[in-house]
Amino acid sequence: MVDTKVNLSGLVLDNPIIPASGTFGYGYEYAELYDINCLGSFSFKGTTKDPRFGNPTPRIAECTDGMINSVGLQNPGIDKVIEEELPKMKECFNKKVVANIGGFSLDEYAYVSERLDKEDCVGILEVNISCPNVHGGGISFGTDPGLAAEVTRRVKEVTTKPVYIKLTPNVTNIVEIAKACEDAGADGISMINTLLGMRIDVKTRKCVIANKMGGFSGSAIFPVALRMVYQVYDAVKIPIIGMGGVSNAKDVIEMMLAGATAVQIGAANLVDPFICKQIVEDLPRVMEEYNINSLLEIIGGAHNG
Amino acid sequence: MKQEIFKIQSQEKIANGVYLMKLEGNTDAITASGQFVNIKLNGFFLRRPISVCDYDKNSLTLIYKTVGEGTKEMSKYENGTELDILVGLGNGYDTSRSGDKPLLIGGGVGVPPLYNLCKKLIGEGKTPTVILGFNKKEDVFFEEEFKKLGAKVYVTTASGEYGIKGFVTDAMNDLSYTYFYSCGPEPMLKAIYDKSTTEGELSFEERMGCGFGACMGCSCKTKYGNKRICKDGPVLRKEEVIW
Repeated sequence: MVDTKVNLSGLVLDNPIIPASGTFGYGYEYAELYDINCLGSFSFKGTTKDPRFGNPTPRIAECTDGMINSVGLQNPGIDKVIEEELPKMKECFNKKVVANIGGFSLDEYAYVSERLDKEDCVGILEVNISCPNVHGGGISFGTDPGLAAEVTRRVKEVTTKPVYIKLTPNVTNIVEIAKACEDAGADGISMINTLLGMRIDVKTRKCVIANKMGGFSGSAIFPVALRMVYQVYDAVKIPIIGMGGVSNAKDVIEMMLAGATAVQIGAANLVDPFICKQIVEDLPRVMEEYNINSLLEIIGGAHNG
Repeated sequence: MKQEIFKIQSQEKIANGVYLMKLEGNTDAITASGQFVNIKLNGFFLRRPISVCDYDKNSLTLIYKTVGEGTKEMSKYENGTELDILVGLGNGYDTSRSGDKPLLIGGGVGVPPLYNLCKKLIGEGKTPTVILGFNKKEDVFFEEEFKKLGAKVYVTTASGEYGIKGFVTDAMNDLSYTYFYSCGPEPMLKAIYDKSTTEGELSFEERMGCGFGACMGCSCKTKYGNKRICKDGPVLRKEEVIW
């Protein structure tokens, strides 16, 4: 019997599979399809202080082995999330969730974090300083080591829960940002958010996405994500939740060998709503295939020698 | 919603760039006319949402237009090809609000979902009138099929080559109806919204990510709050639409 348990800053997960924020709502859409308690956890839709409609449509464009989204942090705002969404979520998920937090200012990050700190169902605060789809928004915090550290400090001040900072790949040196977050007290790193991308309709000669640019995700970005997780693992001591194009159990193992302690699955959910359940079921068999008894022994395994 | 494997029984071109595909598989997840399915195609990341034209327990009829690479690929699939399809997506039309004489208005590939709706309404003892709008004569399809169901059918073409010259709204002038159901491009829906004299339902199209309400890719604002075209729609009631 193989052991799929992993530990994120004291939070023990039955397995490392975590659907990524923005692809899993608040869980209940998927709970209609399967019992989502088979998951290690899931990261709920990025939540801001105020309700947000998000960006104009079209928000979606297809790419080879991936897609671009420009949703723009649509969410009902923290009040409604706590009053309406979390109670519905708790009816279908009895494990701790990852609370994804968006923001446009240090105060907003701190405020939303403080509110979610009081929720028992929240196991980890995942602070998104990397959304590529909001102007003047989170992205600026994620591209500057000083600001990334400042967000980390402000959130750490208001919570006792583990704080994971979600990083953008759209920077020259992601290692520097990750180290700045670690130095500021982050308990872990979540990486990577989407890559800034674009599609143009050749017939109309216009950008497919109304906002022109959006976040590129899907299996096409897996090698980029893997490389960045590998680099950051070398530079920090805190755990990494690895994500970016993970689509099957073997990708999960590869991401963990690069240095991830747990793995998020994003765009793949949108194409195959059962993919996370499938990966959870496949994982023990694939572990056996590669002679892995416990996932704990493979984290960062590709860095040996 | 269910994920099912369907097998292609037949495929034929029924108008300019428009294909009718019959598939065999479990349609239990379909609960209303006007819902859609989301089809996985080899070599394409996102599924392709296609409205349900007709269905019974074990068969599904889809009509789609080859608008891009994915649908072009789909039109080449041979009989016997198995497709991974998410079935029973979206809310669909509400036949309980139709009154005795509903008006069904479809434009282009907005016509197909009205077929099963028309069948249901007639089954419920109602007397639907149907307006089918196309650009040119070569685009026209399903006029006879609707007539065979027993509906009164008007066809319009923008070019004037066939039927009434003009748009679907030009055929609405002297009609009396109790309610309307529509599906087609947004400018057409807006024109119907403005011209219609009763309450009704409009089925919208939007570029979708997942098709089942998870990604918020196809959100729109309504008078009843934000809605997802794929999950809370594609059918919106006239009174809630914000243009």
